[in-house]
Amino acid sequence: MNNNTLKTIIQSRTKRKHRYITTMVILNVITFALCCAMLMLGNTIYPVKDVLAVLLGEEVKGASFTVGTLRFPRMLACLLAGFAFGVGGYVFQTMLRNPLANPNVIGITAGSSAAAVFCIVVLQASNTVISIAAVVGGLLTVTIIYGFSRTTSFSIGRLILIGIGIQAMLNAFISYLMLIAKTHDLPTALRWLSGSLNGTKIETILPLLILLVICTPILMYFARHLEMLELGEQAATSLGVSTNRVRIILLVSAVLIIALATATTGPIAFISFLAGPIARRIVGVGFSALIPSGLIGAILVLGADLIGQFAFETRFPVGVITGIIGAPYLIYLLIKMNREGNI
Amino acid sequence: MSHTLQTKNLHSGYDQNVILQDVNLSIPENKISIIIGSNGCGKSTLLKTMARLLKPTSGDVFLDKKSIYQIQSKKLAQTVGLLPQSPIVPEGITVADLVGRGRFPHQSMFSSWSKKDYEAVATALDMMNIAEFSDRHIDELSGGQRQRVWIAMALAQQTDILFLDEPTTYLDITYQVEILDLLKDLNLKYGTTIVMVLHDINLSARYADHLFAVKDGKLIAEGSPNEIVTSELIKETFNLDCQVINDPISNTPLVLPISRYHK
Repeated sequence: MNNNTLKTIIQSRTKRKHRYITTMVILNVITFALCCAMLMLGNTIYPVKDVLAVLLGEEVKGASFTVGTLRFPRMLACLLAGFAFGVGGYVFQTMLRNPLANPNVIGITAGSSAAAVFCIVVLQASNTVISIAAVVGGLLTVTIIYGFSRTTSFSIGRLILIGIGIQAMLNAFISYLMLIAKTHDLPTALRWLSGSLNGTKIETILPLLILLVICTPILMYFARHLEMLELGEQAATSLGVSTNRVRIILLVSAVLIIALATATTGPIAFISFLAGPIARRIVGVGFSALIPSGLIGAILVLGADLIGQFAFETRFPVGVITGIIGAPYLIYLLIKMNREGNI
Repeated sequence: MSHTLQTKNLHSGYDQNVILQDVNLSIPENKISIIIGSNGCGKSTLLKTMARLLKPTSGDVFLDKKSIYQIQSKKLAQTVGLLPQSPIVPEGITVADLVGRGRFPHQSMFSSWSKKDYEAVATALDMMNIAEFSDRHIDELSGGQRQRVWIAMALAQQTDILFLDEPTTYLDITYQVEILDLLKDLNLKYGTTIVMVLHDINLSARYADHLFAVKDGKLIAEGSPNEIVTSELIKETFNLDCQVINDPISNTPLVLPISRYHK
């Protein structure tokens, strides 16, 4: 072995490691700053001192209700749902080696929405049942898609096409449900069609928080396996990855957090689609962009909600803003992939 | 350390199609073995089944007398490596990083690269003469250079047995010889047992210590090239009339095809 070669590769990897750490620090700082902004800004602007006091449990006149009961749950919902969409989207896009293959496009969020809307409109079910139905709907959709795309060997192209087909069917089903829905159910049902953070309560966020605490370490553990899967079935297998088992663990974890995030905030458009590619670009190669994707997702949702709330005369739901940002990127990506012949 | 690899009554194939029928063989230790046969005869299926990419429909593959399906996959990957026919290049990855992925079976979770990992990657890069490209993106390299990167990844895995599925396909003759020479280096230097599928019968005869001839999913002959390569065997395996002479460069059999216009 040549010592110069050893030195070169150690140096260049150390350099990229520093870049990775710097990126992580910056992303954390931005996320934190946006969280603070969400707590401070509103009809009344509270100084950092008051916000901190409320968070530490002290009673501050006025601020306790506004910050503690209204703004804090909303901020937490943005943070957690953004993180969940970002991480879940990254897992899908990386595992399926295609930026189009994210839960929005292949119908998994549609599966959650359809199940939830069905419970609201037809069963008149309670909130807990609706949330559980959303998770089951997401899992069921992914099981169907995975089952169809895996005969004896697994094909990614087949999975994406089947996903798009199922997505279209589910959307038709949702449209049908909206037509037969009673007028007073419509506002609740609409929330499942575009993301909204209005009236978020701390109790509704708790399940998502618990799930993220469980699933994030699992996904971090398997992030390395995910990198191996990128090399293709055969290379991953010969490097010692039990591809089917790992894929199922990754899929189930990612679907769970995405479905529960959808149950908390509604499907916030394009976050799971945008976060991964942005994180990849800024992290660079050689390191997993899993956690950075989650942070970018959180930053996008927090930022979009701030814009939606304060940038215009009327307040827009967060999903409208992320839709405006995401749609042009989708078009750009389609044009780019078409040119490269990857579609 | 050397390991034994054997197949017993091996049947395998895709979907319901059984391609491989009742193959019993034992891979010679520390040698280069090459599987030959015509297109669709099942030679690639045989390689894939031995490297656990395809599950046998019946029969089994044994590493050191133990079924490979009873060995934990990461553990198995420390002994048996494979270079697939068409691996996928992740976007934007550098040469050193890709080669480093070969270290996966040796790394524990979460931990970053150890000294041993760096050394294995550096050794692999040097052996394949691609150290100068270590920071380059794979998409900037030529076909021959790329193939050396993939082999380097398999080398970084440091397995005692290495399978290669047509490692010289799509390469021009210069690169083919270069790759095969490098594999021979590997075999001589570390005693790595190499098993590969090759299309070129004459290069196979040059580089193989042991040949396996496959026809219609069955093993029809095996042995050293000098023992088994005859015009009868070539006729049977490839359905090709030929004359076999001595290759003056390597003293191995050289197959000269007899075509309709050249008799």
